[in-house]
Amino acid sequence: MFLRMIRGAFARQWKKMLIIALTIMLGTSLATAMINVMLDVGDKVNQELKTYGANITVLPKSASVMSDLYEVEGSSDDTGSYLLESEIGNIKTIFWAFNIVDFAPFIDTNVTTDGGSETRLVGTWFNHHLDLPTGESLDAGVNSLRSWWDVDNGSWIDEQALEEDERAAMVGAVLAKREGISVGDTIHVKGAEGETELKVQGIFDSGGDEDEQIFAPLDLVQELSGKDGYISSIEVSALTTPDNELAEKAAKDPGSLTIAQYELWYCTAYVSSICYQIQEAITDSVAAPVRQVAESEGAIMDKTELLMVLITILSLIGSALGITNLVTASVMERSNEIGLFKAVGARDGAISGLFLTEILLTGLVGAVAGYFLGFGFAQIIGHTVFSSSIEMKPFVIPIVAILMLAVTLAGSIPAIRMLLRLDPAEVLHGR
Amino acid sequence: MSLLELRGISKIYGDLKALDNINLSVENGEWTAIMGPSGSGKSTMMNIIGCMDKPTMGEVLLDGVDIAKESAKNLTAIRRDKIGLIFQQFHLVNYLTAVENVMVAQYYHSLPDEKEALEALARVGLADRAKHLPSQLSGGEQQRVCIARALINHPEIILADEPTGNLDEANENIVLDLFRQLHEEHTTLIVVTHDPEVAEVAQRTITLEHGRIKSDEINKMFGRN
Ligand SMILES: Nc1ncnc2c1ncn2[C@@H]1O[C@H](COP(=O)(O)OP(=O)(O)O)[C@@H](O)[C@H]1O
Ligand SMILES: [Mg+2]
Repeated sequence: MFLRMIRGAFARQWKKMLIIALTIMLGTSLATAMINVMLDVGDKVNQELKTYGANITVLPKSASVMSDLYEVEGSSDDTGSYLLESEIGNIKTIFWAFNIVDFAPFIDTNVTTDGGSETRLVGTWFNHHLDLPTGESLDAGVNSLRSWWDVDNGSWIDEQALEEDERAAMVGAVLAKREGISVGDTIHVKGAEGETELKVQGIFDSGGDEDEQIFAPLDLVQELSGKDGYISSIEVSALTTPDNELAEKAAKDPGSLTIAQYELWYCTAYVSSICYQIQEAITDSVAAPVRQVAESEGAIMDKTELLMVLITILSLIGSALGITNLVTASVMERSNEIGLFKAVGARDGAISGLFLTEILLTGLVGAVAGYFLGFGFAQIIGHTVFSSSIEMKPFVIPIVAILMLAVTLAGSIPAIRMLLRLDPAEVLHGR
Repeated sequence: MSLLELRGISKIYGDLKALDNINLSVENGEWTAIMGPSGSGKSTMMNIIGCMDKPTMGEVLLDGVDIAKESAKNLTAIRRDKIGLIFQQFHLVNYLTAVENVMVAQYYHSLPDEKEALEALARVGLADRAKHLPSQLSGGEQQRVCIARALINHPEIILADEPTGNLDEANENIVLDLFRQLHEEHTTLIVVTHDPEVAEVAQRTITLEHGRIKSDEINKMFGRN
């Protein structure tokens, strides 16, 4: 009988139920989209911000002292001021290895080109394939670390595709223009320890100093400068947690922390703890955050998440208000029916149960539809804002379900209270 | 002991006495009509007898139990078991068929039983209308569904407030014939009406005025028409 009554109610009032379902659908879709985007956005925003460059620079200890003392950037010819190429992979073995998104080693040397001008030749990884001691493997290098470079002419260097003796290079746009270099040309460069021919595979526009430079595979430059197995710096891009007091204190001197504080700090992805761990992994190195970028990443993420939380809350309040209105109107309209149920002896619980079942069933339909709509919204947001799809996490489903259940029940409270207060004698005799 | 006994019942709204010291007893199987001008307190009295309202003063003994002192929850239970209600506006649930409307009363009383509900409809002459929605039934047919619903749980008293108020003459007669039949089966009937024709077929007519009993007469013509 209960089912017949529910079915009858739906059959007769499907229009009203549909509107309630639509309200719940909208609320659900917004909540679903926002929560999913929010959970995925951390990675997205970081990937987005990563394009502004590495957020940690690793230098040899002496070079870093030198640059601190004399405020000069870059390498010196002192052999003590190099890092070991063989240790680069260690970066991916630290506690926060998963937060290391990308990295690339650098070594540079001054060369003379055919045109007679002195230029900086930078050796680095482009998409270097790396097999880690952990058994994992990855591709790291400037192709993704410098993803903001405009390579309109030619292409990025694909290290895996290079022939054994192929000597490829990418040339900065300013230098290329000045020397009349174009893609496919072979240029001759002369360094301290030798000279070589380079085939220009791409011309890039970085919008900065690098437009005056030539980029070539690491081993080639090491050979040309006689620094086999050495590198002068590493740039690392990592996902970090915004700094707090603990992180600031630790950044000054990790030794000043208590053991518990140290553990907490070490096991949180603060930029300072990641730097610290990189220093542990690479002999005689100093890892330092590129402050601005690291901080703005955290701050922007915080703000984006706050915004999404607000939108979610507002949309839920909106749905609750909508549900309140619709359900109250429906109860008012059906007051005769409710009065009659009471008159034939229905208990309060039985009548509220009937109405709640109707509302919850309607809500369920709306919520399921809303989830899929929210999936669509999330993808639209993902593609328009972050130009990538949003991963839908399954555990969002119960979260949204509980939220919507709470919202639907909360929205129905006024109507149910009205229903319980309703006096059958008042409505049935139609005074 | 009478089935129903009102002792010194008053219902006061602000300074209006809707009912003013009513004393009345109704025997089992009696068919009583209650008349009186609009506003004389008829519906108020029916609501009190029907356990939908409580008097301001006085006792209402139904089967010897004073229902004026019962909690709202107990009143609901008493109404469910002992009272059958018939309304001027029928109050059928518009999305349920005739038989389902009868079953609603069974459902909230104990267990719905479609066979029994169909029998009740057959009894009011609506066997072939069981699957119709209220909107597909005439006023007279709707009122008969309402009567079938009131009867389905075998109540001790049937209370009807202006049962023929919305019906034409032909349907009024059908309903009155049903009442006659119920009376022959010893059902206790209390019927509120404006209409002297409806009142005069009853056994007894009580007339209210300003919340008081103006007259209480046995209908000498009873059973002769
Ligand atoms: N809930 C109420 N509040 C105030 N006055 C009421 C209420 N119910 C009934 N009355 C008043 O009580 C009197 C009797 O009403 P009622 O029993 O409905 O009369 P009848 O059914 O005989 O027309 C009327 O004057 C009516 O206005
Ligand atoms: Mg009345």
